[in-house]
Amino acid sequence: MTDLLPVVGLSLSVSLLATCLAALLGVPLAACLALTEFRGRAVIIVAVNALLGLPPVVVGLALYLLLSRSGPLGWAGLLFTPAAMVLAQATLATPIIAALAHRVLEKSWADYGPPLRVLGATRLRALPVLLAMGRRSIATAVLAGFGRTVSEVGAVLIVGGNIAGHTRTMTTSISLQTSMGNLGIAIALGCILVGISLTISAGAIVLGGRRP
Amino acid sequence: MIRLLCVMLLGLWAATSHAETITLASTTSVDNSGLLAKILPVFTRQTGIEVKVIAQGTGQALATAANGDADLVLVHDPDAVAAFIAAGHGILRREIAWNDFLFVGPKSGLAGTHDALAALRTIAANGTIFVSRGDKSGTDAAEKRLWKKAGIDPVGQPWYRDIGGGMGAALNAAAAMDAVTFTDRGTWIAFNNKRNLIALVEGDAGFINRYDVIQMNPERHPNVKTASARVLAEWLAGADGQREIGAMVLGGEQLFHPDAASPLPQGS
Repeated sequence: MTDLLPVVGLSLSVSLLATCLAALLGVPLAACLALTEFRGRAVIIVAVNALLGLPPVVVGLALYLLLSRSGPLGWAGLLFTPAAMVLAQATLATPIIAALAHRVLEKSWADYGPPLRVLGATRLRALPVLLAMGRRSIATAVLAGFGRTVSEVGAVLIVGGNIAGHTRTMTTSISLQTSMGNLGIAIALGCILVGISLTISAGAIVLGGRRP
Repeated sequence: MIRLLCVMLLGLWAATSHAETITLASTTSVDNSGLLAKILPVFTRQTGIEVKVIAQGTGQALATAANGDADLVLVHDPDAVAAFIAAGHGILRREIAWNDFLFVGPKSGLAGTHDALAALRTIAANGTIFVSRGDKSGTDAAEKRLWKKAGIDPVGQPWYRDIGGGMGAALNAAAAMDAVTFTDRGTWIAFNNKRNLIALVEGDAGFINRYDVIQMNPERHPNVKTASARVLAEWLAGADGQREIGAMVLGGEQLFHPDAASPLPQGS
């Protein structure tokens, strides 16, 4: 299978970019929810946690309707491109990263907030300290988001279109090979994907191992 | 890490910015059978136009195109194509190939027969497990037409399993359940998980499976790359494309028969 390398590469780059995007959105959101108080904060916390179970196929369909030429964002021409896949996966990973990071920051703000404030730190000045202390747990949250993005098929199939050499990822390849009756190739691809997932989980455990 | 991300972004950007790239909404049968993967590189070599293939059922492929998300359509359901053109989405239809449908299943009394309607009546009378695509694809529409002709309404019968999936999924399901299913010949020949399934009923006149390529209406869909799409449509219907389609042989069997009539005006 000479086509395998680009497929793995696309899977990893789309998922990595989506995870970075999700972390850039999710961690600040978590910090905002943990350290500040505003009206509607409780509602957002419940919403973020509820979105942990966001079905990929629904995210894919919603983005499809938005990005289609006949949809409101159709002018951008993003449907059936890797960029659309990044958007879909970032949508799925953001609540995961935000919810898990919020737990971490909420607890460390409760524990270390008062002494930090006695020392004269504002919330903004306290945040880097809290992030540095919770970096392992936050890394775990980001890795959990990555695990979600690299393994999902429903959303990327709809917004990517599974185009050979263009938007075909590991998961959509497995789905395609299964439908062609090439069960051997499908399971081999599955093993590679599981290997990647296991590596990521192992990384998460090693990084987050010493802190709850 | 940041440098790595930049490289990835550049890679993604490069992968999306070919000068001439068109999107072909097509059916799973021409893609899963390997036909497009074999003939489109020849087209790209000759014309410099890259083709991105989205393989969906005929119903979904036409819906994708009706939303303006494809430059050209290649499907196999004459009724749905007529409706698509009547609705103003497509302007020109060309027949480019045909093959035939057949019933496949585990060895039974149906093996070696040639009468589709008699076979359906036997299946219904015996309560033989039958797997249906149920996905509004061209094959699904053809199967439903045959049931109607046979005067049988199979929907809701305990032996009639509507799996709502592609041709490959239906063949996998039939292989797993020792059931009968209705398939196009291209996907059947190329399918690699036949297990107990064999060809049962073939050669009925109602089994002809016609593939059409349809150009989009530029007035209705101004974003469509009309010129390049037309080049592909004409190539598929022309001498080079027809030769490539006819040359697609797998295991000694021809998957598709070239069949370009002169371009037909809409509705005919």
